Amino acid sequence: MKPRLLALGDSAWTVEFGQTIDEASNARVMGLAGRIAAARQSEPLMHAVTDVVPTFRSLTVHFDPWTADAAALGRQLLSMAQEGPQICTQGRQWRLPVCFDDEFAPDLPRVCELKRLRRAEVIEQLLGARLRVYMLGFQPGFPYMGGLPPALHTPRLPSPRQKVPARSVAIALDMCSVYPWESPGGWNLLGRTPVVLFDPAQTEQPAMLAAGDEVRWVAVDRRTHDRLALEIADGLPRETFHHRADP
Amino acid sequence: MSGLLEVLQPGIGTTVQDRGRHGHRHHGLPLSGWLDAPLAQAANALLGNDLNAAVFELRGLGTVLRVQRGPVRVALAGPIGAQRVREDGARTPLPAWQTATLHEGQILQLGSADSGCAYLAVAGGITLAPAFGSRASYWRAGLCGVLGRAFQPGDVLPCGEAGSADPREWRYRSPWEPATGPIRVMSGPQDDHFTADALARFLAQAWQATPAQDRMGLRLQGEPLTHASAAAADIVSDGVTPGAIQVPANGQPIVLLADGQTVGGYPKIATVITADLPRLAHLRPGTRVRFVAVTAEQAHEALIAQHRRWQQWLTGREAFLPPGHIDEAALYSANLISGMLAGHPEEDRP
Repeated sequence: MKPRLLALGDSAWTVEFGQTIDEASNARVMGLAGRIAAARQSEPLMHAVTDVVPTFRSLTVHFDPWTADAAALGRQLLSMAQEGPQICTQGRQWRLPVCFDDEFAPDLPRVCELKRLRRAEVIEQLLGARLRVYMLGFQPGFPYMGGLPPALHTPRLPSPRQKVPARSVAIALDMCSVYPWESPGGWNLLGRTPVVLFDPAQTEQPAMLAAGDEVRWVAVDRRTHDRLALEIADGLPRETFHHRADP
Repeated sequence: MSGLLEVLQPGIGTTVQDRGRHGHRHHGLPLSGWLDAPLAQAANALLGNDLNAAVFELRGLGTVLRVQRGPVRVALAGPIGAQRVREDGARTPLPAWQTATLHEGQILQLGSADSGCAYLAVAGGITLAPAFGSRASYWRAGLCGVLGRAFQPGDVLPCGEAGSADPREWRYRSPWEPATGPIRVMSGPQDDHFTADALARFLAQAWQATPAQDRMGLRLQGEPLTHASAAAADIVSDGVTPGAIQVPANGQPIVLLADGQTVGGYPKIATVITADLPRLAHLRPGTRVRFVAVTAEQAHEALIAQHRRWQQWLTGREAFLPPGHIDEAALYSANLISGMLAGHPEEDRP
């Protein structure tokens, strides 16, 4: 699909690469995001840009309506969107702990039943997944991660919970996520991570994950979960979970 | 030394706001910030503050503040009543559109914001520690306010500046009048998800604001809008912004406001232009509202025209001496000074 330029009012452009969730569209989104990041340093036209927000299939560029030349900026974005070849920026890789303690996994039985899998099989499928962060949204730091195996694709709960505990690891349809905050939510809760996904104290990068990152889950028992939660509260750096190797 | 305001009663709907948190939406962090920029900045201008100083946004009622260290000069902008309670319990109205100096121990009782939004500025601004370049309250993410949560009795808010030797107060000659007529929108970005009939009906009918509204968004009610197909009622989430008008499957529009999330999964039939965003803060439940489509050029012209009108209105700011104030300068110049000028010369006791 040829990229489309859509006006989101008088203070943002959305560049759309597709209408579905797929890796190819998302790679083009991330490629454009990377080129814009570079151009913001040098191009005067880009000085009015305030926010660059990648989503599954499009990139929204917010700008200051007072200072921007909106039409010229739009033309520039569309031309950059058509540039090729796509250079896919490599995100970071993470190995994040998840605990499947019964208290943390109220919807594990539901997923077992709907998918006709044993508990151990659901866990194995989740741990085997290479999840890709497509975007952050819904709440600060909430990652929409694709790459869930088809065996685990599960509808949302018929009726959302009023309170999903913070740090719940959840799946819905073909996505996996973590609720950074206690909130209402309709995804299936399969476990909990001790990791804090949004930390206001980290002023440069408050959200731990970014679009383009890869996440794999590592199972921990309840004692380890509780110990890690305490250590994280005491300042254990998030880089502890950053996975560097993998040539 | 900074002034200090103690929260006696948090009330409902009161937050601290400034121009918001630009540059962090890719973390999923909403923009936040004041809903009605010209009104909030009018309160700051009255005090001679930096126009972007943090203010109280008043969307409900019942907030009560006490000056713990003062004096603190304040200014109210917008249709809201307030009272000053003196140390001896005497009450006097504190009118909007002018400054007033509150002394240590005095209490400010805020009434209800009749139109749905008003602002209280303090001299020097509210100087809570900012987070991500803004002091805007966004309690869902634990940002700002006191301790990143809703106000509680006993919370103390620092103000930029305590006291001023200048006894003059300031007022506007007239209240700020927001634009009237239909709220201006630009079509899209997903207007192609609606039937031609739905697009026409969106602009033709008077929508009613419902009680389902907060700083995240505002639900409207009217003849439901039809999507081009059942599938067109959902989109794969893409970027949204304050003013975006989402239409979910039930056909009833939701207008996103400053605390709205950064991405959304409903098609957006249109987006309110920047010049008219402030008006969305004043749509009390039951208010009727119409929309009219404009081009990008018209949106830009509207923004500039509104700013010019606002700046012109600001020039109506004038100094006055509060009633009961003894004009020492006049006395000195009239050579009538004596040793009997005591008490509280700044007080506006009638």
